[in-house]
Amino acid sequence: MSIRERLSGNEAAATAMKQINPDVVAAFPITPSTEIPQYFSTFVANGSVDTEFVAVESEHSAMSACIGAESAGSRAMTATSANGLSLMWEMIYIASSLRLPIVLSLVNRAVSGPLNIHCDHSDAMGVRDSGWIMLFSENNQEAYDNTLMAHRIAEDENVRLPLMICQDGFITSHSIENIELESDDEVKKFVGEYHPEHYLLDDQNPIAVGPLDLQAFLFEHKAQQGEAMKAAKQVILEVSKDFEAWTGRHYGLFEEYRLADAEMAIVCMNSTAGTTKAVVDRLRENGIKAGLLKIRVYRPFPAEEVANALSHLKAIAVLDRADSLNAIGGALFEDVTSSLYVENKHVPMVNYVYGIGGRDTTEKDIESVYTDLTEIVKTGKVENPYRYLGLRREEK
Amino acid sequence: MTKIDKSTPMENLTTGGDIYEAGNARDFKTGDWRSMRPVFHGDKCKQCGLCFPVCPENAIPVKKEDLKRTDFNYDYCKGCGVCSKVCPFGAITMKEEGVDQ
Repeated sequence: MSIRERLSGNEAAATAMKQINPDVVAAFPITPSTEIPQYFSTFVANGSVDTEFVAVESEHSAMSACIGAESAGSRAMTATSANGLSLMWEMIYIASSLRLPIVLSLVNRAVSGPLNIHCDHSDAMGVRDSGWIMLFSENNQEAYDNTLMAHRIAEDENVRLPLMICQDGFITSHSIENIELESDDEVKKFVGEYHPEHYLLDDQNPIAVGPLDLQAFLFEHKAQQGEAMKAAKQVILEVSKDFEAWTGRHYGLFEEYRLADAEMAIVCMNSTAGTTKAVVDRLRENGIKAGLLKIRVYRPFPAEEVANALSHLKAIAVLDRADSLNAIGGALFEDVTSSLYVENKHVPMVNYVYGIGGRDTTEKDIESVYTDLTEIVKTGKVENPYRYLGLRREEK
Repeated sequence: MTKIDKSTPMENLTTGGDIYEAGNARDFKTGDWRSMRPVFHGDKCKQCGLCFPVCPENAIPVKKEDLKRTDFNYDYCKGCGVCSKVCPFGAITMKEEGVDQ
């Protein structure tokens, strides 16, 4: 039986970490994820976890300490945001290439500059090709649930990849909402213990980690990472199924909201999906066939499944909370368009860059997207597929 | 552990390139990196023992029986010249690799 509580997104992530009780947490505080290590260090101080908390001097060191701890054979976790993740960048690649299932709570925030501490996804998009599994969370409940599932996915012998759980800075991390928690004992049972086959502290079987890997080998090791990322998709589904059997809460690779009979849909991630659901419900009352596809698993990207779920539509809008500044479209837009193209399906599609630097995205904004889509459904034409939502500009 | 070389397919490589045995640096001969070659002059050597501890490649063999050094192991010597610098007796000189004198 779940426990009803009221927690912010940061509290939800910290609570999950407490229940997981990892061997090591190494973190450096940065807004808006500061509260996660802050709450966690309280758990360490009052003895509710056995974790070794390493108060490092930078995020580069935080990820380095996690790499050391995981290589040694322990479970390591951390949390960060935006420029903290930027400073980790070098070690982010080391973590995934050494195949260390570190779990990171990423509270999404705009990467400076100019300086901004509010939500967008530019931090996550900056590491989207680094070989980390990336799960996105609409609200505190999903941030909590994704964290509980993280180790089972990351540590699976066919995966062995680090994993980050994303949630929207301030919008989710600092909003207190209802949440269902599971008991400490049951979490412990579900997450299980970590017993890697090879680890540095095994003095009977000495190993070397991260050796020189030149022309004859790096290519194959990168391809191994790629295969592990492909394998992760099935493992995520299996773990999510077990999670549903335990808690009753269903998770897939993405959530389809009133999509099956929809004519047009928005594709987005994190908290904006909540706003979109409210708009979809209202449009449906007026007989407008609107739907939503909310990406949960962004890496590995479920290309085939996304293409199949969207192929019946007459128009699609993909919302990117990070501008790739490449004159072609946001990262999610590129992933969705190429998914459909490769599956030989064509649906008129348009991209909106929105919510940059914490700009509010209201129901009215989302409704305007569906209005644009209605027009595309009518004409079948997409003019200017690379658009902004909620941007101030001169009237023309 | 199965032997891994340049023909091993990706499926048979260890995960992440981890190496599950100790001391395998000897499988990787680095002597051909050398551009300068140390030459050992046994007649000048007093067996003082200063050279072999500074060799980064363990390329100066020392006999277990009498603790005396012998000629260089050119399979691993990279020609860094540190031994030549520390030798007080001029018993190690450096010459360009591949050039006869």
